[in-house]
Amino acid sequence: MNCHNPISSMDIPERAKKIVLAGNPNVGKSVFFNALTGLYVDVSNFPGTTVDISVGKYKDSVVMDTPGVYGVSSFNDEERVARDVILFADVILNVVDAVHLERDLFLTQQIIDMGIPVVIALNMMDEVKRNGLKIDIEKLSKELGVEIIPTTATKKEGIEEVKAALDRAKVGNRIPQIKTLMDKVIDKVDIEAEALLVVEEDENVLSRHNLKNEYGKRDHIYKLRRDRVDTIVDAIITETNEGASFKTKLGRWMLKPLTGIPILLVALYLTYQLIGVFVAQTVVGITEEIIMGQYYYDFIMNILTNFVNEGSFIGQLLIGEFGILTMAPIYLFGLLLPLVVGFYFILSFMEDSGYLPRIAAMVDRLLTFFGLNGRAIIPIILGFGCVTMATITTRLLGSKRERFIATMLLGLAIPCSAQLGVIAGLIAPLGTKMFLLYAVSIFIVFVLTGTILNKIMPGESTDLLIDLPPIRMPILKNVLQKTYLKSKMFILEAGPLFVLGAVIITILQYTGALEIISDALAPITVGFLKLPKETAQTFIMGIIRRDFGAAGLNTLAQQGLLNPLQVVISLVAITLFVPCIAAIMVIFKERSWQESALIWIGSFVISFLAAGILAHIVL
Amino acid sequence: MTLDLANKGQKLEVVNIPDSSIRAQAIRLGIYEGARLICSEKLPAGPVILQNRMQEIAIGRNLAKKITIKSI
Repeated sequence: MNCHNPISSMDIPERAKKIVLAGNPNVGKSVFFNALTGLYVDVSNFPGTTVDISVGKYKDSVVMDTPGVYGVSSFNDEERVARDVILFADVILNVVDAVHLERDLFLTQQIIDMGIPVVIALNMMDEVKRNGLKIDIEKLSKELGVEIIPTTATKKEGIEEVKAALDRAKVGNRIPQIKTLMDKVIDKVDIEAEALLVVEEDENVLSRHNLKNEYGKRDHIYKLRRDRVDTIVDAIITETNEGASFKTKLGRWMLKPLTGIPILLVALYLTYQLIGVFVAQTVVGITEEIIMGQYYYDFIMNILTNFVNEGSFIGQLLIGEFGILTMAPIYLFGLLLPLVVGFYFILSFMEDSGYLPRIAAMVDRLLTFFGLNGRAIIPIILGFGCVTMATITTRLLGSKRERFIATMLLGLAIPCSAQLGVIAGLIAPLGTKMFLLYAVSIFIVFVLTGTILNKIMPGESTDLLIDLPPIRMPILKNVLQKTYLKSKMFILEAGPLFVLGAVIITILQYTGALEIISDALAPITVGFLKLPKETAQTFIMGIIRRDFGAAGLNTLAQQGLLNPLQVVISLVAITLFVPCIAAIMVIFKERSWQESALIWIGSFVISFLAAGILAHIVL
Repeated sequence: MTLDLANKGQKLEVVNIPDSSIRAQAIRLGIYEGARLICSEKLPAGPVILQNRMQEIAIGRNLAKKITIKSI
């Protein structure tokens, strides 16, 4: 082991052979991972990043999965992790999508150039036939100099052959000119594979070895590799017939606005039915109110009231209204968890089916107005489920600038599902006019804020450059596994922050600070927003839990303290100001301290300003 | 001319990709200086979709404006 190996800090036995799975996104790597490792898999966060790596055992070897990448380099976090895991592999199982050889073989050839023993699983052979392609596998194997096993992993075809071939993995045919370049720097690095990344100008590997970028010929090397891959592909593929299959057509329809928008609306409606109706009402009704709200609550109270007095500070902290053993787990597991699982299920389904990149391409133009590109649609859609988890996914955006804009828009103008339910219940009886007034107000603020941020933020956002994978029916098992991993990560990240939030609120309430803030807010609520004094308390509640705020308004409306216009004004304010305490904490964790403060304070100012302007127009 | 001016169905050759980071990412997806591709779809004022065999890539309109192509 050497000091430059980042995976040496992971919990892996010293002597075990490391088999690493590598491949482009959505090529079916996880099916092979599951087939090799079975049930006993450890998922751990890769040191220094936000990327999770699955590690399992196969015979005496350790098997590691990597995020799907198009090449070994460092354009983003996923790639940096994949790079480090691949660099220090003993054997690589490269999973290749047989239908997209010109794309996938670039990574294959790069791995071969590293000099690491490889076995190739040529996957999705069933689609090769269906698309009228013919691949000369024997010739491909001869060209690359490694063993190639044709597989259809989803039907378990070829998996046993792949397992058997792992022992026969060997170094393939490297591109001679690249090997010559590597030989010149080989004595400057610890292992041969790193020499390739040095000559490919990988900044992380260069800095790890205190090298300057003076051997670099990335463009030249990439071009050599691209030429070789194209030559191989031309030699081994014959197209037996052409003509778009139904899936290709469907892919096009999803892309074009004329057909894509109706398809998106149907998809969103189905999502709403699953998340907004089934999960938010039926499932949460059971998990939050019965399982957590009754069984769990009674259980905790029965035990703890024997030891602590509920009225004391410790009692309030543990089992009070916002207690860390009462509100925090009830909210986290009863309400948030089902919603998060539901949303990640839909998202993973869309991801694996190939639909997500097409939505991103379709809305790309629209989002450029806000300095975002199409990829930002993912956190925005997720925001309607839970702003906290959406904030975590802003990581996938290309630049700091985009992450800031997306986080601001999320915190400001996207109401989460917990809040949407109560808002809908409150506004529906008031008629279409009031609903439109509310929706248009939020929409205007969203568009204005996005446009202004895009104008005043320094720098430029990244451009859209994405692969549109073929449309496929996702495999349920993989979708479920992804959902599980992402939901688990969400709970692990947001959970502790939520507990901390509960502590802060209890302290504020116990010390009377909550009351003071509420009173201090009164001039704004009464004077500027033209609302009754009591709404201030509701706003504070809205910070703790977004739906608490909306629910508080419901009570005020029932008491006849708010007229319909005042309901709309207060809803606008409550929707716009920064979300619940968990979301605020996550924002502070994800963004820098200054940025988070700006987002937090900025959205308060904007929300009261917008609601105030509305009040002065309509009242 | 630049990629944003390509028409749907047009066969084209990529002449120049100015940004080195974009160039490196694009070449892995089969888009490089000298590559011959088809503009398979163009979204109204939005991304241009390039196709090479079964492979499709969406390129944002702003990026497309920076990529030089020629018709073949």
